[in-house]
Amino acid sequence: MEDEEVEVVKGKNSQKKASKKEKSKEFVAVNKKKKNEVLSESDMEDEEDEEMQSVDGDEGGDSGSDMSSDGDDAFAGDFLQGSDDEEMGSGSQSDLDSDDSDIETKSKAIDDAKEREEKEALDELRLNIKEAPDEFRLPTQEELEVEARGPPDLTGLQQRIKEIVRVLSNFTSLRQEGATRKQYIEQLKLDLGSYYGYNEFLISSFVEMFPPVELMELIEAFEKPRPITLRTNTLKTRRRDLAGVLLNRGINLDPLSKWSKVGLVVYDHQVPYGATPEYMAGHYMVQSASSFLPVMALAPQEKERIVDMAASPGGKTTYIAALMKNTGIIYANEMKEARLSKLTSNLQRLGVTNTVVCSYDGRELPKVLGNNTVDRILLDAPCSGTGVISKDESVKTSKTAVDVQNCSRLQKELILAAIDMVDANSKSGGYVVYSTCSMMVIENEDVIDYALKKRDVKLVPCGLDFGRPGFVRFRESRFHPSLEKTRRFYPHVHNMDGFFVAKLKKMSNSKAAPAAAQVAEDGGSEIEPSTIETPAPQSNVISKKEQNKGSRKDKVDNLSLKRKKEEKPNAPTEKRKKYKPPPREEISKAREEKRQALREAKKKGKSKV
Amino acid sequence: MRPLDESETTQVFEKLFKFTGNNLKNIVESPSHEGPDQTPGRYCFRLHKNRVYYVSESLVKRATNIKRDNLVALGTNIGKFTKSGKFHLTIQALNLLAANAKHKVWLKPTSEMSFLYGNDVIKGGLGRITDNINAYDGVVVFSMSDVPLGFGIAAKSTQDCRKMDPNGLVVIRQADTGEYLRSQEDI
Repeated sequence: MEDEEVEVVKGKNSQKKASKKEKSKEFVAVNKKKKNEVLSESDMEDEEDEEMQSVDGDEGGDSGSDMSSDGDDAFAGDFLQGSDDEEMGSGSQSDLDSDDSDIETKSKAIDDAKEREEKEALDELRLNIKEAPDEFRLPTQEELEVEARGPPDLTGLQQRIKEIVRVLSNFTSLRQEGATRKQYIEQLKLDLGSYYGYNEFLISSFVEMFPPVELMELIEAFEKPRPITLRTNTLKTRRRDLAGVLLNRGINLDPLSKWSKVGLVVYDHQVPYGATPEYMAGHYMVQSASSFLPVMALAPQEKERIVDMAASPGGKTTYIAALMKNTGIIYANEMKEARLSKLTSNLQRLGVTNTVVCSYDGRELPKVLGNNTVDRILLDAPCSGTGVISKDESVKTSKTAVDVQNCSRLQKELILAAIDMVDANSKSGGYVVYSTCSMMVIENEDVIDYALKKRDVKLVPCGLDFGRPGFVRFRESRFHPSLEKTRRFYPHVHNMDGFFVAKLKKMSNSKAAPAAAQVAEDGGSEIEPSTIETPAPQSNVISKKEQNKGSRKDKVDNLSLKRKKEEKPNAPTEKRKKYKPPPREEISKAREEKRQALREAKKKGKSKV
Repeated sequence: MRPLDESETTQVFEKLFKFTGNNLKNIVESPSHEGPDQTPGRYCFRLHKNRVYYVSESLVKRATNIKRDNLVALGTNIGKFTKSGKFHLTIQALNLLAANAKHKVWLKPTSEMSFLYGNDVIKGGLGRITDNINAYDGVVVFSMSDVPLGFGIAAKSTQDCRKMDPNGLVVIRQADTGEYLRSQEDI
């Protein structure tokens, strides 16, 4: 082994020979002995040391062999022979012309060197142990700066991400001294952002919505594409027949799930599934599984009047037509002209005859089609697309808070327009289904809550029982409790694109949300806050209620602006009271009594002061 | 959107007659179940931006409040008028024609794709053919599983087809469903 090393080293260091030859001549004699000593010792030696020694030794040997210097030759021969055999080495050493004192010092030097090595090895071991996962430290500012200067170390980032998630999942026991949860989360956000390519806003939003372990699952799910799904066009064929034909063509597929009677999922395909003769004859449509959901929630009946406010490219519109069996009438609206051709093309291809296609801004549609004229409306609103990152990676970096706010505003206007168009008194309908392919609460629950406040509608179950209920409260917002009837779908849970579906029923055709319903809701929890306020602002509160601005969020604001110190502790407990709407008369009576009580309390307070 | 005038109507019906023959009656008079009314209505033709649409009357009534600029399509588009005033049937009419076609041609599976790429039908690709086709009649092309693929003009009568050599042209293609993928300006 040692010989091989020597020879290898020899080969490596052939270039060094020329420079070191002169030096090595002098060292030859000394180093040969050293080399022998080294070789005769155990295998625990540090390779570097060995190499160093062997370099010199080799060069001694090499120079001996290459250059013809008499003294060296003799030694070289002995040396080389000596290296084969430990005993020989020591033997040759004793043959050498050297002082005993020299030997002693040499051996001491070697012992020292060995000790040094062992100490270094031990230190390294300790160092390695220190950096083991059990004691994960957050990187300090300097370390981060150093990192930022160089190219991103992907494996290191991934390691750190895993560590932070691990620590966060068991925070009390695994945390570092003095590090707050917030610091860990900040570091996690930065790491996730640079490893997966998200911008700060988006990763912060996800961190707010999911616990760390689920967040990792979600982000991993976004990196992979969702399975390809097809929808059978029941106007022209049946799923069974279509599946048979496509299998013959070489497309491997299966029925989608038990919740869909028309869906097929494609596993692999030898021919392009978007170019088969059956596709061109309109027997099926390539559509993502999540797009089936809003139409299933809408459940259009035959001979109804339906509006699809953002229809392109037409997957949902054609599904609606198929469910209605080409009866009734569908108004398919699409604002962007560039997308219209796809919409009409798909409608014609799939053999839909009951549709009128128009191109308006959705907010203008009530003026065109009239108020209270339509049975059902599907609003698949334009959104920021944060649920379909697996399809479109640019969303990771391009969406900012401003974008999402703009989307949210547009969606609120659209949903009001949709509600205005629906006829509450229709025999079979009166429903609006709102859906987005986004996961942001501002675009989903917030919009629905807004609609509930502004119009006389209420949420009904979607009929999709396999989704997750929407948020009823999220960070500082508190939504109407019926929002748990909305449904959220996630890529890492349901294996489809991120989606949100809500189904609203219009209760009456009046444009104001009914005072009765609002008062009943707000009365229970607003009684206490209203007594807090002074009589003057109290009228504000009442008028505000009539304008139906009394959301829980606003109440919190009112509280913070106008609360009396002594009643402060009551307010939070009031919010947490269980929601039970008492009858109207009782509420107004109770309110009157409390106003009286407040006035008296004020008088007493004034007298005290 | 407006109803067709005399000359336009004759042109459209002529073209349709080539394909459907006496079944043209069916096209005009079939009851339509579209529209939210309980009783089925009738179909009619409407012209909008040089495109002819075959729509149910109830749809037409309800589409009148959409402005001309914003209306895009109604019911089924069956063809369009060119700038010089001639009428051409487009692929979207296939469903209508296939249901009422008088002359049909079935293609062998091997030559389906060739037709869908836009090539004409040659004798070698012919599976079945209805009798009594005269030259220059309208013909609807099907696959062997009765899936409509397109339509065209018969180049020869059925008798001549039998006598032809295998590379001879049987149907001159006018429209095929592959156009949905090939030409995006399809509407």
